[in-house]
Amino acid sequence: MPAYTFTLNGSPVTVDAPADLDLLWVLRDKLGVRGPKYGCGIDVCKACTSHLDGEAFNPCVTPVSEVGGREVTTIEGLADGDTLHPVQEAWIDQDVAQCGYCQPGQIMAAVALLKRTKNPTDADIDAIENVCRCGSYFRIREAIKAAAASM
Amino acid sequence: MTTYVPPTDQLEEDDDTSSGTDRRRFLTYLVAAPTLTIAVQLGIDGGSPAAALVPQPADIIDLGELLILAGAATSGMLTIEITEDGTARLALPRAEVGQGITTTFSMLLAEELDLALDDVEVTLADARPELLFNQLTGGSNTVRSMYDPVRRAAAAARGRLLAAAAARWKVSTSGLTTSGGVVSGPDGRTATYAELTADAASSGLPNLRVSPKKPADYEVIGTPTGRVDARKAVTGQIEYGVDVDVPGAMPVMVARPPTINGSPTSFNEAAIKAMPGVIDAAMIETGVAVLAETFGQALDAKMAVEATWTKGTIDDLSDEQIFARLRKATLPFTVPKTGLSLDAEFDFHFVSHAPLEPNSAVADVRKDGATIWAAAKSPIIAAQAIAQELGLPQGKVTFHVLQGGGSFGRRLFYDAALEAARASKAFGRPVRLMWTRIDDMRHGRARAASHHKLRATFALGGVLSYEQRVASVETDTRHGLGEILTAVAASLPVAGNASFAQTIFLTTVKCPYNFGVVTQLLNEIPLKMHTGSWRSVYSANTRGAEEILVDEMAAKLGRDPVAFRRQQLKTRRQKAVLDRAAQEGGWGRAMPKGHAQGIAFHDEYKSCTAVLVEIDATDPQDPRVTKATIVADVGLCLNPSGLKSQLLGGLTDAIGTTLRAGLHIKNGLPLEGSYSQFHYTRQADSPTDVNIIIMDSSEKPGGAGELGVPAAVGAVANAYARATGTKPRSFPIIFPVDFEPFPAH
Ligand code: FES
Ligand code: FES
Repeated sequence: MPAYTFTLNGSPVTVDAPADLDLLWVLRDKLGVRGPKYGCGIDVCKACTSHLDGEAFNPCVTPVSEVGGREVTTIEGLADGDTLHPVQEAWIDQDVAQCGYCQPGQIMAAVALLKRTKNPTDADIDAIENVCRCGSYFRIREAIKAAAASM
Repeated sequence: MTTYVPPTDQLEEDDDTSSGTDRRRFLTYLVAAPTLTIAVQLGIDGGSPAAALVPQPADIIDLGELLILAGAATSGMLTIEITEDGTARLALPRAEVGQGITTTFSMLLAEELDLALDDVEVTLADARPELLFNQLTGGSNTVRSMYDPVRRAAAAARGRLLAAAAARWKVSTSGLTTSGGVVSGPDGRTATYAELTADAASSGLPNLRVSPKKPADYEVIGTPTGRVDARKAVTGQIEYGVDVDVPGAMPVMVARPPTINGSPTSFNEAAIKAMPGVIDAAMIETGVAVLAETFGQALDAKMAVEATWTKGTIDDLSDEQIFARLRKATLPFTVPKTGLSLDAEFDFHFVSHAPLEPNSAVADVRKDGATIWAAAKSPIIAAQAIAQELGLPQGKVTFHVLQGGGSFGRRLFYDAALEAARASKAFGRPVRLMWTRIDDMRHGRARAASHHKLRATFALGGVLSYEQRVASVETDTRHGLGEILTAVAASLPVAGNASFAQTIFLTTVKCPYNFGVVTQLLNEIPLKMHTGSWRSVYSANTRGAEEILVDEMAAKLGRDPVAFRRQQLKTRRQKAVLDRAAQEGGWGRAMPKGHAQGIAFHDEYKSCTAVLVEIDATDPQDPRVTKATIVADVGLCLNPSGLKSQLLGGLTDAIGTTLRAGLHIKNGLPLEGSYSQFHYTRQADSPTDVNIIIMDSSEKPGGAGELGVPAAVGAVANAYARATGTKPRSFPIIFPVDFEPFPAH
């Protein structure tokens, strides 16, 4: 089995995995990183949203062979030690999470959006496709706006 | 897990009535333990359901109350413990699936014990068979059934801590106060709960009668409070069923039949076992289970399974046949049609529960016992069923209840736990089982399809009668609810041979309006498919359809929808909620062409709510709800932030199921297999302006988890109807097969 080395949440990791194994399973089942969630496996629900070289991507459809030498950040790597990212803070302030299952992906999508646009419009926020089956969308919207204001 | 110790000492018989009008008695007990532990009987001890003036059963006793009554017959107790470090601990015999109950009860303990929220720990109890009917999460009953017992037990604990300090300092308790986990004396002396808890556990202390706080003195309760697990949620640390690590447990996925309820008879075993990462494969009742190094490899192997299957249970059925049967099963009206009557018929398609965390469970089955980890709302029944399946005595199955990634009724069923137990037995090792999304949508649970026939008759501008006939595919209640209903059947006001389904229907569905002679009847057709109560059970559709007809009745009478509802509503409380929604939402404001407002009202679980939405349906095939105003009166509101979350969720569910989200059944299987096909609401479909208002109330807490859906269904449909000039009759309204279905397995 080939070995792949990449940076995961700031530290280098090496895993033995078949080239076509999607990164979500490498993260969850081989490395025990369980923040990115499975919700569909086909790039539809966005529950697994994480960052590849600082941009949002979906590890459920990204073979591990594609991330060799690159930088992967999951929800676990977003905070700076004990200091939460402003988006995480905003999520807590707005009491967004219900069951919480979608929220790692929602937060990673929001962080990526705020990287691209300092002051996202409602239309920008609408473009986030992440499913929240608990229906917390309005609070997500408010939290993104609050985070934008605080950053 | 605290082991349950039988109570040794009855502390008080408290008939405090500060929380409302019912006189209910609660006995609290001191448990023999090294640190202070108070037990309280769950359920109502004495007292009867509130007398009702209105003849409809749902007013006399509703589903939540019925579950509370059933729980009263059990001997189970709930315990609050003050640990050595001064933390208050409570294990809730309920499921947390996103509704925020661990936060609500943490607040209640903090309030009654004068502790900081951080010093309170509320966890989910393992299955406790002795609780019988009191460990089922449903009917929006958690707060309603546990508010009184928990606050009384906490108050009794505080009383013991005061008594312990008084004994230590040889003073009377009257000058002592508590704050932040510390007892203070008038002379400035202090002692922490940590220091006092061992003394307070001693049965030698004199008893001190302590009443719970009066709601007017609440400082924590009623204050908007964020989730206690918010930090875990935003850092990815919440552990769901799919995340639990049990040493040696390997991923399992199951290849499923091409139609609902088929079973495998043979499969390409050698080929599957030779696939990369595959450890083992075996046939179990529900399909071909594959054990692999990772879920990704289990998934690939599952997709490669070639199997022969037995027939399923609805192989020849599609939507057309199912709805034809429903129409035939709809019971006739009793009032004849006249020139002054209004008839309408509605269809509601199947709807997947589709919680974002797919069905999952971890199981470790050994020869002499089994341990299960799963999100479950009826863990006792689940443990019993698993014990029976494995041929083990019930006491040999331990069921750990995990937080669930959403439920909406789905996790009343324990099919994943049972399947994981079967797989673990087949493979002879612990397993982590997860369903694919496709399987979750196609072989999982769904809200049953239903057909509704409504008739209203009028005279002289008034309503003489309102009839609703509902025919539904049978909703499966074999998860404990059926047993509960049997147990309390004698105490129900819906006498006769009402089936479980009719009982639930009659205890949940009620018309809030003075519509003269009102009859609402349910008839179910038995189809062997995987149905289940979906947030608000029958009310979303039944009341949603009624609210649509109410708008049409108003139009027929030349009345404004708000003024008409206002005139017909029965109570001042209901009218106040409707008025507030109309006022805050700017009812009647001018809207551009293709846009419209819609309003609706709902009363259930001793709570009521009105929803006013605005919709942009300029393109009738691509409507968007742009604004929503929600007003709710739930009696005493324990956590306004949590309640608003629930109402927001109800609104989002209503937008989805009214406009676009449903399942097409084709030849024994749903066509939809993922969120790209089952169009549940996304951010782009949800309003950018939502205003939620909670009415002040000193009534006892009502239910709220499911309250938000029905009025929102009516409001969205009514807004769409006005914006487009159509009469929506089939839901979801926009429901094309706009996708290529996944292969059937
Ligand atoms: S699991 Fe990756 S997008 Fe759904
Ligand atoms: S909070 Fe449950 S899916 Fe979003």
